[in-house]
Amino acid sequence: MARLSTRAAVRPAQPVPDFDAVVHQRVRLGILSALVAGGATSFTDLKTVLGLSDGNLSVHARKLEEAGYVSVRKRFADRVPLTEYEATAAGRAALDMYLDQMETVIRAARG
Amino acid sequence: MPADRPALRRAEPPVAPDAAAHASLRFIRDTMARTVAFTAVPGWGGVAMGGTALAAAALAARQPTASDWLTVWAAEALVGATVAALTMGHKAQGAGVPLFSGQGRKFLLGLLPALLVGVAVTLAVYSVEVVQTGDTYARQGVSASLTLRLLPGLWLMLYGAGVVSAGMFSVRLVPTMGALFLLAGALALLAPAAWADGFLAAGFGGLHVAFGLLIARRHGG
Repeated sequence: MARLSTRAAVRPAQPVPDFDAVVHQRVRLGILSALVAGGATSFTDLKTVLGLSDGNLSVHARKLEEAGYVSVRKRFADRVPLTEYEATAAGRAALDMYLDQMETVIRAARG
Repeated sequence: MPADRPALRRAEPPVAPDAAAHASLRFIRDTMARTVAFTAVPGWGGVAMGGTALAAAALAARQPTASDWLTVWAAEALVGATVAALTMGHKAQGAGVPLFSGQGRKFLLGLLPALLVGVAVTLAVYSVEVVQTGDTYARQGVSASLTLRLLPGLWLMLYGAGVVSAGMFSVRLVPTMGALFLLAGALALLAPAAWADGFLAAGFGGLHVAFGLLIARRHGG
């Protein structure tokens, strides 16, 4: 029985699109997806939903903020500081484009 | 770390691009569904449910027969469920994700058994206490009936149990509200029968309004 080459099995049929490096990262993709689905979401809720540590969420949320994909709002609720994140229009567009690229990859693989 | 994350660690063997793309899409979909289930408990919907429960309590207290009293609360249960379904569905629709998939389904499955027990017990009580003995006698006359006396406390406790169970997948305020329903139900079981509508108003009315406002302020409407 002939052995199949692993290289041949993973070789893409067509060039893989250039992914947005900000979005094409597991934690940031999760943050952006959660914000697009849930609207404005608090730091604590995001941390719980995504199962992240404070530091991990802060670092990746900052990168998304720097890219203009999320906005941050700080306020007080019942005298307790509350940090809320929300996906911006650019963030929603970036996620839409990423989804389109994923579908392109899948269509290309199907031939 | 949740097991439903896409496998993207560098140490792992290479995967075909389409398999990675499928995994990414699945990850995005699961994350969206989980987020909606987590934050979709409707704050303003809870306030509305509480408002209808307060109105129902005022109406139920004036009913002359046990049958009428049960009818008012059964109607309120339907109204409350409809308000909850509409407001949760509205938020999920706004996000463009199905509410009852993944964690959303877990939320429903956590809540449903306790509610079904409540419906079954109520139907049994209705059958034994109202249908078989006739529903025309005064409510005061049947308030001494043990099963009818227990209903308000059981309703509150069963609803609380369902909310605590389903709330494990939601914001912390939800299981806290469920625990207070359990407490209200336990107190109602020990209280005089005449206080039944007061406990139901405090639970289904007061707790829903108070926690609805808190949820709306902290987690969005």
